[in-house]
Amino acid sequence: MMNLTLKIWRQKDSNTKGQMVDYKVTDISEHMSFLEMLDVLNEQLVNSGEEPVAFDHDCREGICGMCSLYINGEAHGPDRGITTCQLHMRMFNDGDTITIEPFRAAAFPVIKDLVVDRMAFERIQHAGGYISVNTSGNTQDANALPISKHDADEAMDAAACIGCGACVATCKNSSAMLFVGAKISQYALLPQGQVEAADRVQNMVAQMDLEGFGNCTNTGACEIECPKGISLENIARMNREYLKASLKG
Amino acid sequence: MSGILNSSIGRKFAMALSALFLMVFVLQHFVINSLSVFSPDAFNEVSHFMGTFWVIQYLIQPVLIIGVIFHFVMGFVLEIKNNKANGIKYAKNNGAANSTWMSRNMVWSGGFILVFLVIHFIDFWIPEINTKYIVGDMSGMHNGEFRYFHELQEKFVPIWRIALYCIGFVFLALHLLHGFDSAFQSVGANNKYTKGLKGFGKFYAIVIPLGFIFIALFHHFNH
Repeated sequence: MMNLTLKIWRQKDSNTKGQMVDYKVTDISEHMSFLEMLDVLNEQLVNSGEEPVAFDHDCREGICGMCSLYINGEAHGPDRGITTCQLHMRMFNDGDTITIEPFRAAAFPVIKDLVVDRMAFERIQHAGGYISVNTSGNTQDANALPISKHDADEAMDAAACIGCGACVATCKNSSAMLFVGAKISQYALLPQGQVEAADRVQNMVAQMDLEGFGNCTNTGACEIECPKGISLENIARMNREYLKASLKG
Repeated sequence: MSGILNSSIGRKFAMALSALFLMVFVLQHFVINSLSVFSPDAFNEVSHFMGTFWVIQYLIQPVLIIGVIFHFVMGFVLEIKNNKANGIKYAKNNGAANSTWMSRNMVWSGGFILVFLVIHFIDFWIPEINTKYIVGDMSGMHNGEFRYFHELQEKFVPIWRIALYCIGFVFLALHLLHGFDSAFQSVGANNKYTKGLKGFGKFYAIVIPLGFIFIALFHHFNH
């Protein structure tokens, strides 16, 4: 069992200035997930008549991309290849002080406490992260299209992106290029994505810029912190796709 | 084409192209400087050719100056834009956990290189332009022999200049350790050759600046 000090960002709403507030939690099991530890804290706060800490979570299985949190200076905490819901308290020691902050980026404004608005990602997706398929009943079986194993694997790897925003949060420039690169790559590698390829990359990049994300300087931090191991190759592919589309006019 | 230069990817691409051009320039500068160690006569001949051949003077030199200015201005513009995109700073940020110091501090290493370049221009480039285009002496001669090698040796006598020169090239090495393969990534070159390219990039980033430092020290101690 561990006793911990938590330094947590508290902010009433998007219009109010926030601050770091210290809390003590006791008897935390090393088998708990990080979010379960926050549940314990919130139970403690509710029982003492205080406002619980707001934080994002949904599936708690590492696939929905909802949980965020910048823990001890790293997106999703000190472990690799996981989201915060999969981070276990065994990664910490008794007596530790843990700093918990929301994902920071001008394009991810804080809604409350640790909850940020990541709708910018949705708007980028709406700008072109789809294929137009007639689903009237005569849909062609996707397996009828020959696709090389290599391309299928790479497209699947790119599609593993859950849009959690860790790439933006960890990037010193708050760049969204790993996310956008993954979303563009998953279609650019497949025949279904070719028809709208040029419009897709131009529209998604334009929306990304409009949302106020920064410029990628290839530090590679996003790739390291990504819970799904999305590769920098996707950013290079997006750059190629964008230049190809722009030169074609 | 319309929006490409106003887009984040277009700016990144332009930054990378100017970086690749400057890396080629640094390499040729190093090759010519290294001649001064092996053959003062060859150094004089090549320096005179580079300083008087119209293609280099009137076509390549302006492109180089524009390239240098563009790279610095765009670097600082991108830094300002990126800071604006950040919003509130983290109370605790462990950047070393996922990226190199060099990659996180390109603006600082670049800033020190800019300071070095200004001094380098005052030391070498401006006197050269003055002699050739203000005084009008295109002969490259002084007291009946080529002046280039002698001028080079004279410049490397003061210890303060040697120290500044060494510090400048340490920052260039730090800048290139990230900048070399970053430029290739920015132009979309991430493929089966990337691993080899990264290895070559580290070699280039360390050997070329070290070579410049060696040349400066060689002339300082052999004057």
